Amino acid sequence: MTEGIPILEIDRAGKCYGEVTALEQTSLRVGPGDLLALHGPSGSGKSTLLQIAGALLKPDRGKVLIGGTDPYLLSPNLRSQFRLEHLGFVFQDSNLLPYLTLTENICTPMLACPATDADRADALLDHFGLAHRRQHRPSELSAGECQRVALARALVLQPRLLLADEPTGNLDPENTELVLGYLEEYAAAGNAVIIATHEELAIARSNRRHPLT
Amino acid sequence: MSMITARTLTLREISHRRGNFLLGSLAVAMAICGFALTLARLRAFDAETAAQIEAFERRTATDMATLEDEIRRSMKGLGFNIFIFPKGQELAEVYAEGFASKTMPEEFVTRLAASELVKVNHLLPSLTQKITWPEQKRTIVLVGTRGEVPIRERAMKAPLIDPVPPGEAVIGFELQQSLGLQAGDQIRLMGHDFKVAQVHSQRGSTDDITIWLNLAEAQELMGKPGLINAILALECNCASVDRLAEVRAEIGKILPDTVVIEKESTALARAEARNSAKRTADQAHDQMEQNRIASKESREEFAALLIPLVALTSAAAIALLTVLNVRQRRSEIGTLRAIGIPSGTLLATFMMRAALSGLLGAAIGMLLSLAISGDTKLITPAEWMMVTSAAILFSCAASWLPALIAASQDPARLLRHD
Repeated sequence: MTEGIPILEIDRAGKCYGEVTALEQTSLRVGPGDLLALHGPSGSGKSTLLQIAGALLKPDRGKVLIGGTDPYLLSPNLRSQFRLEHLGFVFQDSNLLPYLTLTENICTPMLACPATDADRADALLDHFGLAHRRQHRPSELSAGECQRVALARALVLQPRLLLADEPTGNLDPENTELVLGYLEEYAAAGNAVIIATHEELAIARSNRRHPLT
Repeated sequence: MSMITARTLTLREISHRRGNFLLGSLAVAMAICGFALTLARLRAFDAETAAQIEAFERRTATDMATLEDEIRRSMKGLGFNIFIFPKGQELAEVYAEGFASKTMPEEFVTRLAASELVKVNHLLPSLTQKITWPEQKRTIVLVGTRGEVPIRERAMKAPLIDPVPPGEAVIGFELQQSLGLQAGDQIRLMGHDFKVAQVHSQRGSTDDITIWLNLAEAQELMGKPGLINAILALECNCASVDRLAEVRAEIGKILPDTVVIEKESTALARAEARNSAKRTADQAHDQMEQNRIASKESREEFAALLIPLVALTSAAAIALLTVLNVRQRRSEIGTLRAIGIPSGTLLATFMMRAALSGLLGAAIGMLLSLAISGDTKLITPAEWMMVTSAAILFSCAASWLPALIAASQDPARLLRHD
């Protein structure tokens, strides 16, 4: 992405499903170093906004620019490539592939990007204290461990924008601290992180907040 | 550090969801098994009926050879049955007198033997005349013959009668009995002396009052040098529609100044019987062949219905199983699409899975077919290769549409429904 241009810029984006409004008109600008917390009650549109920001869900109105590019003008395959190169996702339920080992799960983005430095997966596992679990399957891990693996998978290609949906929702305080600490570090390194959360601790640790009602 | 590839992903997924994968392979195996067994049954039917027809042909050939040999021996035993007389010879006179009064050049037999004659064998020129034996004052039949004339380009067959050497005579039974002659005795005939070379046993015909001499000597005695009044021949035992007409046509072309008659109806009747038997056997053979073709066509028609039906059922089962697999993997597909894995890579993993399912299905199908049929040579290795390739293509084709739809789905939609 080009320096000086916001990593993410959402201008009056909104989304409806039939007569149900999933996201009221929202604008947002995120730059390097931002750790932004989207917070609000259930159904306020946190996950929807995250998907719109992640080039997954085209808004009914408004505009989305990621690093100056509108991903919704790209073809589905190019948008997929765009997500691979610029975005990282952490899902609320980890969404790890049950039949792959932790290492393989972290490396799944490399299916589309085989030239990536595979040692980075090991480094991330070390960082999240899961080095001894490399060959384990997700079913052998706790929810917190799975969430750390999902975070490692989102970070393996070092995206400029990391989007995390309730990344600490299933974690104990110790793991919550570990994950939030890493997200702070990642944002401080010149990247942008957006988390959708309703946890006070996560909101408090963010350097920017965007409430949704 | 292990890299993840589409192959690893596919193999891990198969290992994780073995049931679905094995069911897909069994659907392919069912189609392969149905195809192989139907083909094997068709081939077994072919082989069985071909063996039956071959056995029938062998039996018929043996029977016909036996019959033909009987006819041949029968016709040979009856002697010559074709008589060639000079043109203009009254046949009534021949039947009344037993010989022709008209003569023809002896050279006729040479011409006949030199031709490409196929319808008759054993050519024997003769000069026959009823005379009064002056020395004995009795009526006899004098026959001059030089022995059988070899036919061009044909191996000499064993002669039906032996030639009479010059200076010798063969005597009929009645003459031998009434004159008390023995082999080696001397007789005098028309002023010439002859040694009795052989005496015949009783035949019950004019042969019993006949003397056979060398042809040249007989021609001299009868004052007809270089002439004969009959050529005797033995008709070949060739299967034909109208044998006598064919013999006449053939001889007529070579010797237009002759007439041909046939006698000895017993032999001819047997030849006719043989020809009739051959025709009947041929008809039975044709009927068998027609029945075989009709039965084969009926089986092929059934197979033409059965095989596509089994294939369609299997294809439907594979497609359904792929749909089930896709439904089970909605979250997985959504996640992979969300993190940027292209739909082509996902489609490739589905197709790889389908190909492996087809390969395993082909192997199971082959083993099942072999076990059911008990025939290790059921289908050739080349055909197995073809069937295996077809099974892989078949499985991929059946999985293609649901896999394509799954790989192209909107990831947000997939994740939202998760």
